[in-house]
Amino acid sequence: MTKKVVNLHRVVIRFAGDSGDGMQLTGDRFTSETAGLGNDLSTLPDFPAEIRAPAGTVPGVSAFQLAFADHDITTPGDVPNVLVAMNPAALKANIADLPRGADLIVNTDEFTKRNLEKVGYKANPLEDGSLEPYNVHAVALTSQTVEALKDFDLSKKEAERAKNMYALGLLSWLYSRGAEGTREFLKSKFASKPEILAANLAAFEAGWSFGETTESFSVQYEVAPAPLPAGTYRNISGNPALAFGLIAASKRSGLPLFLGSYPITPASDILHELAKNHRFGVLTFQAEDEIAGVGSAIGAAYGGALAVTTTSGPGIALKSEAIGLAVSLELPLVVVDVQRGGPSTGLPTKTEQSDLLQAMFGRNGESPVPIVAPQSPSDCFYAAMEAARIAIEYRTPVFLLSDGYLANGSEPWLVPDVDSLPTIDPDFATGPNHVDEDGAESFWPYLRDPETLARPWAIPGTKGLEHRIGGLEKADGTGSISYDPENHDRMVRLRQAKVDAIADTIPGLEVDDPTGDARVLVLGWGSTYGPIGAAVEVTRRSGVKVAQAHLRYLNPFPRNLGDVLNAYERVLVPEMNLGQLSMLLRARFLVDIQGVNQVRGMPFKSTELGAAITAAVEDLSNETE
Amino acid sequence: MTDTYPALSLVPKSELPLSAKDFKSDQEVRWCPGCGDYSILSNVQSFLPELGLARENIVFISGIGCSSRFPYYMNTFGMHSIHGRAPAIATGLAISRPDLSIWVITGDGDALSIGGNHLIHALRRNVNLKILLFNNRIYGLTKGQYSPTSEQGKITKSTPEGSLDYAFNPVSLALGAEATFVARTIDSDRKHMTEVLRQAAGHEGTALVEIYQNCNIFNDGAWQPLKDNDSRDDAMMRLVHGEPIRFGADNEKGVTRTADGHIKVVPVAEVGEDAIIRHDAHAKDPGLAFALSRLANPRTLQNTPIGVFRDIERPSYGRMARQQIDDVIEKKGVGDLQSLLNGSDTWTVS
Ligand code: SF4
Repeated sequence: MTKKVVNLHRVVIRFAGDSGDGMQLTGDRFTSETAGLGNDLSTLPDFPAEIRAPAGTVPGVSAFQLAFADHDITTPGDVPNVLVAMNPAALKANIADLPRGADLIVNTDEFTKRNLEKVGYKANPLEDGSLEPYNVHAVALTSQTVEALKDFDLSKKEAERAKNMYALGLLSWLYSRGAEGTREFLKSKFASKPEILAANLAAFEAGWSFGETTESFSVQYEVAPAPLPAGTYRNISGNPALAFGLIAASKRSGLPLFLGSYPITPASDILHELAKNHRFGVLTFQAEDEIAGVGSAIGAAYGGALAVTTTSGPGIALKSEAIGLAVSLELPLVVVDVQRGGPSTGLPTKTEQSDLLQAMFGRNGESPVPIVAPQSPSDCFYAAMEAARIAIEYRTPVFLLSDGYLANGSEPWLVPDVDSLPTIDPDFATGPNHVDEDGAESFWPYLRDPETLARPWAIPGTKGLEHRIGGLEKADGTGSISYDPENHDRMVRLRQAKVDAIADTIPGLEVDDPTGDARVLVLGWGSTYGPIGAAVEVTRRSGVKVAQAHLRYLNPFPRNLGDVLNAYERVLVPEMNLGQLSMLLRARFLVDIQGVNQVRGMPFKSTELGAAITAAVEDLSNETE
Repeated sequence: MTDTYPALSLVPKSELPLSAKDFKSDQEVRWCPGCGDYSILSNVQSFLPELGLARENIVFISGIGCSSRFPYYMNTFGMHSIHGRAPAIATGLAISRPDLSIWVITGDGDALSIGGNHLIHALRRNVNLKILLFNNRIYGLTKGQYSPTSEQGKITKSTPEGSLDYAFNPVSLALGAEATFVARTIDSDRKHMTEVLRQAAGHEGTALVEIYQNCNIFNDGAWQPLKDNDSRDDAMMRLVHGEPIRFGADNEKGVTRTADGHIKVVPVAEVGEDAIIRHDAHAKDPGLAFALSRLANPRTLQNTPIGVFRDIERPSYGRMARQQIDDVIEKKGVGDLQSLLNGSDTWTVS
């Protein structure tokens, strides 16, 4: 049966099912095939904090959303065009997001009386007319999978487990995705279990041919490749990109990479990724706690490694004292915070940007630490390299503020040529740097580079440079213990001036203001880049004039930030917190900032941001009329 | 030298012989006059030249407390870090730099209270660190509160009616934490301390040396029965591997095993020489070492063993970590950054 083929510009699919249904894997495979077809894409996994939440319940629903398009996109989409609901819980948890007229594929086998009751459905939504606004495709996914696998030597349970591959086959047909990558993937995943491999392949094929033959689907869709810059691409999510950035910084600085870390959601995958890459000489140390994670990294930094500790907000709280020590010792250290919902344990698997002030101020004393924030999953690679550069060149701990959305979300990445990546010079101290009054040469561990104000990095094993450092205040220059009040005042200012001086080596803030006469600026930082970009694009299309800028450096700010803020009559700052960047900007520049804030554990929807932008622009013109 | 200390074979040797003077830094020592820390410092400075190591490859790392000022007085590399964290910091340095001889200086509060977690994990991992724990049974730097090794009922500023905590026994704790080397010595016995340091230095992995140290300001005389000429020999037994465990002014006491498997101190004459246990520091099973660590009366200090309780061979964490890296590289080759970035699933846009 030949079906009509319809061309689409952009599709948003959400796969939703029980935690045990393999939705993340299904989403990953669909993403991979989509990437291979040259679409631009963006993904958003959303899974429960519990490893095996009770089956069939709403808290146990795991979802994966994917947007793909024939043009440049920056977000996984506000609302899906297609929802795949593997059980009543998945339907219940996601139906509110589905716009009228959207496609809804439901696994009817799971809509039993018991399962419906479990999630509080009084009547079966497949029968009570409540799904009328949608284009419902009722498919007996489980039993059709079991039927397709009846000739295999599998238990019913094992056969049922392949239903996600059946669903993937169906969706792959529906959107004209390839199958080769998935076949290869399954072959390597089940290499040692040929029967399971054959069953999964068969389930995938069966889902595909069901799409071809069933009357439930009358059209097949195609999405043309997006016109992306030429080059080699791969799909990547934030955590591996960040890990690769650290390895790249290690290679480009010639320093061995050391990671001291304690497992924590959503940062653990960086530890896993680096542990997989011992062949790059990476030492990964799973410490006994967060404090030992950062402590061991400080020890490795003292020994001349590119030292890193990775964690999330609660871990930073525990590491604060040690980060202060690194500030005082003036040793290079990259502190990665993959932010999640807080306070306390908060929402481990949900995203938030609420650690900015913790990174900025969460230590005792005057304790400035530079902060770099990546803006997209692939940007985690470059941001990690940049954090390492600042740490090494300025002998300072540096915060790298990622978040759960960047960590798990993915997008196509134009893979850089490694020879084009910047190099970093560790510039170790090799000999004396001072002549004493008696004419003897000596080494002063706190004699600073006049330009960067960085102190020398003299590692153990360097003859003649034996010296002692510590958390007590040090005399300017010699580094000996000093309780002198004037000296302390000078050292506090010097440490601050050193961090401020980093602004000399970071690019000015670029503003995108196509008409050049916008009165409203939208300023973001970190992972809100995608949603802000999408919102700005949509509002501009409706004729609204708005400028956009995005901060990559939160401390120090780019030198021109004050001028940029003053050039606009109104500045909108969307953040997934209650206004932390807004607070910094108001305090620093005495400008009025209008915050757009939400902490729902999910990225901004571009429609809600678009509405906020439009409202701000209208409000301003009403005011001035 | 390499023969004497195989565990230090990766640490470069000094070109010229060094003396105690070479290990003195230019900083003025600021402990209270009469503090036990002075003798420990001088013992360590006199002992180190014996190792023949390059001075720049020796590192002292401490936490916070009176004892933790130690690194400032050593003309080596050194770090005075934060309270309790020295073992964690030293671990990162030790596993990334096998060419260093790393010494952790800590106290009973630093190691056993705020830093207890790091201490036990360093011990079980067998990281190549020599940990010198100065035990004075009191908080000195904060001016005299009771510590985790203070005897129960200790009257201090924070416990005017007496402390309630049951005390830690650092040697028992270390043995329970899978330590491969555990020893005890005392600040006033230079010869004994030097011998213990010698054995610790030659040990591959974590060596914990508890040093009974007198804080003459806040807990003077805490170890007095082990120091006074007339009580010392009666109270203290010196453990020597392979030797019968005997002590007393006339060597008249010994340790024997009772019928129910415990050990106890008895007059040798009563049980006969053959019934006296020979010390075996190299025993795989830590049972005897642990039993010995429980012999002393924490209040009177009667039956206090000093010396090396346990010294067994086990590869250090750092050695195994580096071996894993070498093995992966040998099997798969050195990592290529470009192929790492590309991954296995790329596509080309032209
Ligand atoms: S307070 Fe006690 S331990 Fe501290 S330096 Fe003085 S005597 Fe020594």
